[in-house]
Amino acid sequence: MAAHKEVVFGLYDDEVDLMNAVKKAKADHLEIMDVYSPFPVHGLDPILGLSESRLHIAGFVYGMLGTLTAFLGMTWIFTKDWPIVFGGKPYWSVPAFIPITFELTVLFASIGMVVSFYTVCGLGPGVTNPYLDNRITDDKFCIAFDQNDVSHGQAESFFQSTGASAVKTKTI
Amino acid sequence: MSAPVSKIREPLITGHKSYHDITEDLVSPTEKAPPVSWVIGFIISVAVLAFGVFCILWTIWHGIGTWNLNRTIGWGWDITNFVWWIGIGHAGTLISAILLLFRQKWRTGVNRAAEAMTIFAVMCAGLFPLIHMGRLWLAMFIFPYVNTRGPLWPNFNSPLLWDVFAISTYFTVSLLFWYTGLVPDFATVRDRAKGFRKKIYNFLSFGWTGSAKHWQRWEALSLVLAGIATPLVLSVHTIVSFDFATSVIPGWHTTIFPPYFVAGAIFSGFAMVLTLMLITRKLLKLEDYITLEHIESMNKIILVTGTIVGVAYLTELFIAWYSGYVYEQFAFFNRAAGPYWWSYFGMMFCNVISPQFFWVKKWRRNIAFTFFLSIVINIGMWFERFVIIATTLARDYLPSSWSLYSPTWVEIGIFIGTMGLFFTLYLIFSRVAPVVAVAEVKSILKTSGDQYIGANAIHHDHDHGHDHNHDHSYASALAADTPGDGNHGVASSIADTATAVENVVDDLKKIEGIGPKIAELLNNDGIMSFTQLANANVNRLKHILTEAGSRYQMHDPTTWPQQAQLAAEGKWDELNDLQDRLDGGRA
Repeated sequence: MAAHKEVVFGLYDDEVDLMNAVKKAKADHLEIMDVYSPFPVHGLDPILGLSESRLHIAGFVYGMLGTLTAFLGMTWIFTKDWPIVFGGKPYWSVPAFIPITFELTVLFASIGMVVSFYTVCGLGPGVTNPYLDNRITDDKFCIAFDQNDVSHGQAESFFQSTGASAVKTKTI
Repeated sequence: MSAPVSKIREPLITGHKSYHDITEDLVSPTEKAPPVSWVIGFIISVAVLAFGVFCILWTIWHGIGTWNLNRTIGWGWDITNFVWWIGIGHAGTLISAILLLFRQKWRTGVNRAAEAMTIFAVMCAGLFPLIHMGRLWLAMFIFPYVNTRGPLWPNFNSPLLWDVFAISTYFTVSLLFWYTGLVPDFATVRDRAKGFRKKIYNFLSFGWTGSAKHWQRWEALSLVLAGIATPLVLSVHTIVSFDFATSVIPGWHTTIFPPYFVAGAIFSGFAMVLTLMLITRKLLKLEDYITLEHIESMNKIILVTGTIVGVAYLTELFIAWYSGYVYEQFAFFNRAAGPYWWSYFGMMFCNVISPQFFWVKKWRRNIAFTFFLSIVINIGMWFERFVIIATTLARDYLPSSWSLYSPTWVEIGIFIGTMGLFFTLYLIFSRVAPVVAVAEVKSILKTSGDQYIGANAIHHDHDHGHDHNHDHSYASALAADTPGDGNHGVASSIADTATAVENVVDDLKKIEGIGPKIAELLNNDGIMSFTQLANANVNRLKHILTEAGSRYQMHDPTTWPQQAQLAAEGKWDELNDLQDRLDGGRA
């Protein structure tokens, strides 16, 4: 988080207004700092030009890590470290390893993805991110411009023409 | 946004709520002083929990001999309660994960509370194997850590150890899934709070801002977690059933156990969700968010899973007879006619007969009846586990070892104590967090709010008494919900609807370039007739196709209104001429 940004932002009452405004901002080549909403607005990502999240790829890698940890771990323990015969079955009884291998795959994938999610988003216990307006987590949809990129006057006329219900500035 | 909605869907949010109303209604219970009913409930729960803790301490102090287990019957109420609680937990994951994958919108009303229920139920369940082991202070022996005894490892071939992994994974994943869903809602609470409460919720909300990129990742995470929680929840009760099915005890040693246990788990879990939600709905006045539609949907799942359980019981009986295996035959004869016959018939009545009442729509939508039946099912599913465990063990291979078992006050006390734990945690949860997922309910408002769809949609004002009102409200709701065509807000769409919509359904496939799939897309967006298509804006049509996915983007709707105009006027010959000139509907 870079220190001290002068932010000018507009609040919209409806996600349809927000989407139209984002489209207009893109058409007018105004550089949007960020868009905030109280719930995920579907269809916004492509307009905003956000690339698809790669979190699921990370999840796959974590899952594979779990698979290998469980399967190779049990294999090593029961064939090398301390081989014991259970009920006359072979040391390396693969079918019996399947349940634990599956569980650890799921466990590693979940924990890994959740930790990655909070890390890349810069969220976590005790984190206080600067916020623009109290109503953004309630019922307002917000487009924010950094005043280094978009001048205050430019932003104001943009918000007026796109039907924002309020325009505010804040230093974060 | 404008995801296709079936016309027969009922609204899931009633009371013409705005986004702010939703916040107000769902967050305010965490902000007010608790009502007297909550305080009384909490005191009772904590008292019961305290008694349960006392009984657990009594068990640990005096040893497992304070229970009535004996050499023949090694598993009694403890494992019965364990399986019962773990089964209850399954409904939460089903609602939050499986229904997310199936895109069932009604899950948003109940998923938060159901997931909380899962977590608390798994905590109650996990307690029983731990104290059942006797020496609780050596509980870490079940985990494979590098120890000073060799290291000596646990037996990875044992279903009991699979259970350790399954349940600890299940608990962890459920907790992560639940909390990640809670973070945006905690941020909503934070932004309304002041002073010390704000500090607490700031900590709990992890600094959530609502940034578009965060929401995108949040949704990606939820989807993948749902995707892996689905096989996980199936695996958990499958592995619990392996505890029995991999043994050589007649009545346990059956291949039907995994699916039968999973269905039973979902069955009992939904019963518990209904028990809890019907009370919560009443006390927190959530009737607008947990509607009869939600209750009916859950009752349908109870009917399906209850019937699966019933078929499984009958299959077991049939196979016992058909196998010709006398020990298996005796095991089932003993269940129905042995010393515990009452628990068998209790189970049969509660689990096989009682859910069948839900074939009747009126009863599925009757709250008092649903509540009563949910309690009956909870009891029935407890009986099922008791029948499987105690009844089977009481009459094993060797008649000289036959025995009987009834619980001591300590065992009963621990079971009641877990109820105290469960309700204590649930009551705390209902004060600390919004019991309905605020952000998720907002995200379905435009497609499921009663001002947009259903009999009470506001467009009725100008069009009373016509039986095609549904078409109107529905079409305009989606028109209002369609970005990019410049008209937003309900007021403007009413005007649109009044002129554009007629109660005519035409075969849109007659237009060159429109196949069955696209016709369906257009219908879903409210375009039913040639007239409507003729009046439709090309940009709107393009938007419908873009929204439907990349497969449809190559289609060019430019000539469709023109063709539809001819079709609407009945100029079929001219339409044919035009279509001859067109190449696949393109100019």
